[in-house]
Amino acid sequence: MYRYDQYDHQIVKERVAQYADQVRRRLNNELSEDEFRPLRLQNGLYYQRHAYMLRIAVPYGLLSSKQVRMFAHIAREHDRGYGHFTTRQNIQFNWIKVEETPDILAKLASVEMHAIQTSGNCVRNITSDQFAGVAPDEIVDPRPYCEILRQWSTFHPEFAFLPRKFKIAINGAEEDRAAIMVHDIGLSIAKNEQGEIGFRVFVGGGMGRTPILGSEIRAFLPWQHVLSYVEAILRVYNQYGRRDNMYKARIKILVKAIGIEEFARQVEEEWQDLKDGPSTLTQEELNRVAAYFTAPPYETLPATDAKVEQLKTENKAFAKWIERNVKGHKVPGYASVVLSLKKTGVPPGDVTADQMDFVADLADRYSFGELRATHEQNLVLADVKQSELFALWEEAKKHGLATPNIGFLTDMICCPGGDFCALANAKSIPIASDIAERFDNLDFQHDIGDLELNISGCINSCGHHHIGHIGILGVDKDGSEWYQVSIGGSQGNESSIGKIIGPSFSAHQVTEVIDRILQVYVRERTEDERFIDTARRIGVTPFKEFVYATPIKIEHPAGEDAYA
Amino acid sequence: MRNIIKNKAVVADDWTVLRLGEEDTPDAVAVPEGKVIVPLKVWQQQRAALENRAELGVWIGSSERPEELKDDLSRFKLVAVDFPKFADGRGYSIAYNLRARLGYTGELRAIGDVLRDQLFLMQRVGFDAFAVREDKNIHDALKGLTDFSEVYSNSWDQKSPLFRRVQRGVGAEA
Repeated sequence: MYRYDQYDHQIVKERVAQYADQVRRRLNNELSEDEFRPLRLQNGLYYQRHAYMLRIAVPYGLLSSKQVRMFAHIAREHDRGYGHFTTRQNIQFNWIKVEETPDILAKLASVEMHAIQTSGNCVRNITSDQFAGVAPDEIVDPRPYCEILRQWSTFHPEFAFLPRKFKIAINGAEEDRAAIMVHDIGLSIAKNEQGEIGFRVFVGGGMGRTPILGSEIRAFLPWQHVLSYVEAILRVYNQYGRRDNMYKARIKILVKAIGIEEFARQVEEEWQDLKDGPSTLTQEELNRVAAYFTAPPYETLPATDAKVEQLKTENKAFAKWIERNVKGHKVPGYASVVLSLKKTGVPPGDVTADQMDFVADLADRYSFGELRATHEQNLVLADVKQSELFALWEEAKKHGLATPNIGFLTDMICCPGGDFCALANAKSIPIASDIAERFDNLDFQHDIGDLELNISGCINSCGHHHIGHIGILGVDKDGSEWYQVSIGGSQGNESSIGKIIGPSFSAHQVTEVIDRILQVYVRERTEDERFIDTARRIGVTPFKEFVYATPIKIEHPAGEDAYA
Repeated sequence: MRNIIKNKAVVADDWTVLRLGEEDTPDAVAVPEGKVIVPLKVWQQQRAALENRAELGVWIGSSERPEELKDDLSRFKLVAVDFPKFADGRGYSIAYNLRARLGYTGELRAIGDVLRDQLFLMQRVGFDAFAVREDKNIHDALKGLTDFSEVYSNSWDQKSPLFRRVQRGVGAEA
């Protein structure tokens, strides 16, 4: 993975000093809270319901075991013993004291990490495929481009105060695993007829209040021009994006308002002045960065491991885990393992300090000391020898990280919601927890098969509900929490935005609604048809009719809810 | 007279910025004598009367286009860009375009909500003068210009990105 050189170290060190001084000036009132807010946000520090939350950048999800051990340390020393992986492949800590943030950032800097631009109206952490570099369907490894764009966007002087936040994702495989269609800029690496590498560029995708898929602005952009072209897009957006209404300030609204053709024309005009200029990437620089992402010292192994095949026939639980949580690898004899952070009873994406230390050890022992965070809020060990899968599985099981549910109903994406987030209209973790409990039975989940269920506590859509096969959105109705349900959303090559099935539900009705939706699916599906395919084939109406056919009993609030 | 930051130093400055009051219109507002920085619209509408003034500056609002000054830029030795709020980042692109696309070489001054923590970025896109908000300590603000000693991306001040300027680290030594 990428390692800092003296320049990276220097820039991050100076950032820590700059930020420490900003905190000092805030604490002695030289800076007002209004002046400090955008500064701390650009350093990932949000004020939440109960405390400050610090979001740490995990560039394109890639982590070393050393970095994960530092997370464990931060969780213990500065938080309440756990952290939360986010849908931008970052990690956040929810119980941070603002006075301690300079210290935390200094500790992060010592392991080549920072919290730069993890929030604020600037270019955010660039996300990518969690299987980059190992996926069998990969065209080109996207990580060098991610790193080059990370550096370019770090403190870019012109784009620190954009109309709104700006998210870029890069995918380099046949299958889009980076949700590029719902990003402000989505880059898909392609090869042209001459075998040259470039990007198919999409712009103006996004979720939030106005969910929309990105539009293609360029079919093939040679890789040398990626920085100048992104700069041209950002310059047009910075000047013309709306600033009068924060809900209409994302680039998607601008692209929609003037149309993709006109937007493309304006970008082209800016680009003509930049093209072939100094920001043009050189082969030397690409080679230099790519050298950090060369293959680890793989052993020469048979494509399949006979012992593992035998264990699969003998041990059903192991076989199920392999089926769901172990993914293909381009090197014979190796596999990628997804460690599920979706155990029933645990908020999706949460990891304790002990688990962090444990996964760091796993990475050291089984996967060349590296880990990846996924935008589905799980962890990946990307380079595991098949012959070691059984031992790894037994260890992971003991630490609650081997739930065989990847891609199943309980592998939910879920934002922190109203329990933590000051923006949320409704809680999301308790909904995820109710659903996980109700459908905990793995045989049932197995029968339902691939199903992506995504939950957001508000329209900001951090939980990606718009692109869930089933999406749940928390809404506020007269001061109480309600949930809107949509069907038919999808990420990936056939991205789509889900359609709302009808009036919203109370928290206590949601699991029953999901159950009814699944009943319709089971009734309507053809053999081997996935939920999303059935939903696409029959549309929303049959689901809607069945869900609303009879009243859904609202259970009497119990426990703390009775006093809510 | 007030202090501003110019060419990385605190200096006394005798320019005044003309801002339109609610009752004022660009065609009718009286432009005082002396060194005045007038709004772009006032320049456009009172051009005949202002054209022969020896010391005149013009300022561009964040919602205005620098291209409107394209043919006049060589007349001015001072152009200012207004930041109505420091979080309104349009002024950065206006400044960059004034320098890079329109070739403006005179003084480029940031006015309005100009604060210490933005100065480093502002100087990068081409500003060389900063009328720091008057309730702030300008000597303290001056430190903002040196927050970083190195940068990754190219802009106006540093026309080459880091990767073209220095020999950087290579390879993944563990």
